[in-house]
Amino acid sequence: MSLETIIDLHIKNGAPGDMNYTGKDFSSDQDVRWCPGCGDYTILKQVQTAMPEIGVKKEDIVFISGIGCAARFPYYMDTFGMHSIHGRAAAIATGLKISRPELSIWVISGDGDSLSIGGNHFLHLLRRNVNVNYLLFNNQVYGLTKGQYSPTAPSGSVSKSTPYGSIDHAVNPLSFALGADGSFVARAMDRDPKHLNQMILRANSHRGTSMLEIYQNCIVFNDGAFERFTDKKTRPVEAVYLEQGEPLIFGEKNEKGIRLDGLVPKVVSMKNGEFSKDDLWIHDEKDKTKAYMLSRFFDQPEPGDENRMPRPFGVLFAEERFCYDEEVNRQIAGVVERKGVGNLDELLRGRETWIVK
Amino acid sequence: MQVKDQVRDDVTIRFAGDSGDGMQLTGSLFTNTTALQGNDIRTLPEFPAEIRAPIGTVPGVSSFQLHFGSKEIMTPGDECDVLVVMNSAALKANLSLLRKGGIIIANTSGFDKKNLNLAKYGEDNNPLENGSLSDYIVIEVDVTRLTKESLSDSGLSYKDIERSKNMFVLGLLYWMYNRPLDSTISFLNQKFTKKPEIAQGNIKVLKDGYHYGETTEVFAETYTVKKAQIGAGEYRSITGNEATVLGLVAAARQGNIPLFFGSYPITPASDILHELSALKNFGVTTFQAEDEIAAVSSAIGAAFGGSLGVTSSSGPGIALKAEAVGLAVMLELPLVILNIQRAGPSTGMPTKTEQSDLLQAMYGRNGESPVVIIAPATPGDCFDAAFEASRIAIEHMIPVYFLSDGYLANGSEPWKFPQQKGLKKVNVRFEPARNGEDNPFLPYARDERLVRSWAIPGTPGIEHRVGGLEKEAETGNVSYDPDNHQLMTNLRKERVDKIADSIPLQQVDSGKDHGDAVLVGWGSTYGSIRTAVRELMVEGYSVSHVHIKYLNPFPKNLGEILNNFDQVIVPEMNSGQLVKLLRDTFFVPAKGINKVKGRPFFVDELKQEVKTILSEKV
Repeated sequence: MSLETIIDLHIKNGAPGDMNYTGKDFSSDQDVRWCPGCGDYTILKQVQTAMPEIGVKKEDIVFISGIGCAARFPYYMDTFGMHSIHGRAAAIATGLKISRPELSIWVISGDGDSLSIGGNHFLHLLRRNVNVNYLLFNNQVYGLTKGQYSPTAPSGSVSKSTPYGSIDHAVNPLSFALGADGSFVARAMDRDPKHLNQMILRANSHRGTSMLEIYQNCIVFNDGAFERFTDKKTRPVEAVYLEQGEPLIFGEKNEKGIRLDGLVPKVVSMKNGEFSKDDLWIHDEKDKTKAYMLSRFFDQPEPGDENRMPRPFGVLFAEERFCYDEEVNRQIAGVVERKGVGNLDELLRGRETWIVK
Repeated sequence: MQVKDQVRDDVTIRFAGDSGDGMQLTGSLFTNTTALQGNDIRTLPEFPAEIRAPIGTVPGVSSFQLHFGSKEIMTPGDECDVLVVMNSAALKANLSLLRKGGIIIANTSGFDKKNLNLAKYGEDNNPLENGSLSDYIVIEVDVTRLTKESLSDSGLSYKDIERSKNMFVLGLLYWMYNRPLDSTISFLNQKFTKKPEIAQGNIKVLKDGYHYGETTEVFAETYTVKKAQIGAGEYRSITGNEATVLGLVAAARQGNIPLFFGSYPITPASDILHELSALKNFGVTTFQAEDEIAAVSSAIGAAFGGSLGVTSSSGPGIALKAEAVGLAVMLELPLVILNIQRAGPSTGMPTKTEQSDLLQAMYGRNGESPVVIIAPATPGDCFDAAFEASRIAIEHMIPVYFLSDGYLANGSEPWKFPQQKGLKKVNVRFEPARNGEDNPFLPYARDERLVRSWAIPGTPGIEHRVGGLEKEAETGNVSYDPDNHQLMTNLRKERVDKIADSIPLQQVDSGKDHGDAVLVGWGSTYGSIRTAVRELMVEGYSVSHVHIKYLNPFPKNLGEILNNFDQVIVPEMNSGQLVKLLRDTFFVPAKGINKVKGRPFFVDELKQEVKTILSEKV
């Protein structure tokens, strides 16, 4: 009796769910309680909008979160959901996915949840490549506990717990994910819903742990942390959108590009005719070394410097590699095939017995 | 010299040697042969904490004690009658456990200058020669040399020859106790199928050991231990951890659901992970998690998906799991937490036994988060306790703690194994699919036992959310309403209390249902207390024994039983934990007998303590 048969036996006797969903079908009856203007609203909307497109029945979708503002998310989705404990959503999702590989599982986490208290589980989820989608809402602050700096907050951040500025070195979520051998590493932002929607769908279609960092504005405790990327005026200069097979181009009039000078990325201008698109870095999301370089485009050099790197958005890295949950079940199936379904009486009996009369 | 054969009711033998001397195997083989001979038997292996402590030193000593007899045997024995020592360190580490007048069988090669120095006796202070062992019968055998001679023509390597010297000792002991060699010979043939020359070598040494006893004149006596009067039926030998594994697998099978086991290695629980990971064709999935928290969390995730979620650990790991167990209390999911207790606090003494985590299981979480607690009494009883823990977790949608300990985990006994057809059915209640019903699905609607249904993903029409925030009574929606929190707090307690309706009533294990004193125990102290009480009864004391398996909730009639005795005495391998719960629940002036030495109670010390308490009263 395989695991699937057992599950089938018990539950697949009901009528299949209606698949003609709209975004509204994924909205639960609960009032959404984030602060007015919170970036979480857009993300919720885009996830609900993406759901009808992923082709999965509602009853087969599970949202799992840890603790933090973002962690309320599952309550607002009309799917199965669990709002668990701080930092452990990745571990809970791993157990669920291994035991029910057919489910579409979405982990909703934040910068504190993933990279402080849950850093260990996040690391191991990524390296195991459990086939779940992982949305990391990064707002560089602890919102739920009212305004302490988070592990992604830049050094010097003034917060409730760092009145003289933080002296922590910030963690770079995408470098972390690549370092942990994450098989899908991408970035989006709340204020570009169309791109966010694309990234959610890309994450869903990737087999393995799909790690999507989403820059999310905390309007109360860290307003404007990502304004230079989200403001339509500064975005062209501060952000570069990655497209597979396309050159890295940015600037107000798409006049700038990034060129690799050996292993050193350099900003070049295409205005004076010295460089053209053909000289630029062509994005290849299968190239891990370059993906890592892209993840290091992080506030360097200072604004105003002509070689200032824009922040990349899009899929930095995507590779196909085996998923833990699939392999666990493959191994089990192999053992069952080789040995047959275990006989409980033989197991209880053991190898050597004796009879007392 | 005429060798006399003496009849003994029971015998305790302790094999001790260096970690590499194969003492655990020697002990296990003697155990199997003895069990097959129809004796009752209990064993207690003791390993060093260090995996490969320096050879020849006291920290590197590994030992295996076994107690067998023609009468009921409930403990691995207080002091041993025979101590086998393969080197001087083994003697140093174990001499205090040999009774005065007992036999020491010493491998003299292990008492050379090098070994005497390593054991810190000093090379000029050989205990075999300095008269310090005059209270004992010392039998010197040069096992190392005799083994080498036995295999001089075998062509085996020095290393292989060296490694078979434990078989010489085993053969010698088989001769002393009139045991047949066949079971061991077939074991060796099976183990070394691919290396028949090693099998033959070991068998030759085994036989030579046996013949050495027969032909030399160093032994004045052999011993016969007749068959025990134990219940008819088919038996196997089993350790506590093995039985725990079987209990879990059987319960999942009886509920027709998968078993998910998330664990992180820790002594003395790891064997459960090892054993379960080999049972993939029994509907078992094992997950070696990155840490204790992930282990329990993964089990909760799997339980949400319709598996029996199980996690295992020992004290330090259980502490790490506490928050997640609280989540499972809130979510109302079936979760079994196996705590194979060891001596604490902190890292404590990993390889030593203790039962000091009862209050941790009872209260060791934030908020009021009651759970069910079950404790096995003997290695074989681990099967029933693990089965019951799983059954209650599934049928009541609740976390259940299973409190075994190092002594039960590694100890073994003959076990009259059950058959599947005799096992209870485990009733799984998955919420069925819904199709267009008007009423919304209520995830926390309850039946008369206050149990919700198991609403698992994949079931159409019952999509719902659960979480660790306080929830509204039936909808499961987040609620901060004061009355609701009072209601839910009461309800979580009542849910546990109601389980008392479906567990067996407490029985008196030994003695009458009233009298001067009752000894109340739980967990692995069962054998010591039972033996002590029975001996005290023979000596004319009015004492009884009650052993509690269901520690939360208690059986309904427990208070009534305790009230029938003038004194309630609670022996525990801790500083007094059950005794607090009994006083608190039943207002009885219970007294504790407490020991925290990392070793089980000796029967004699228990008897002595009970006598003291009884005499104080007069």
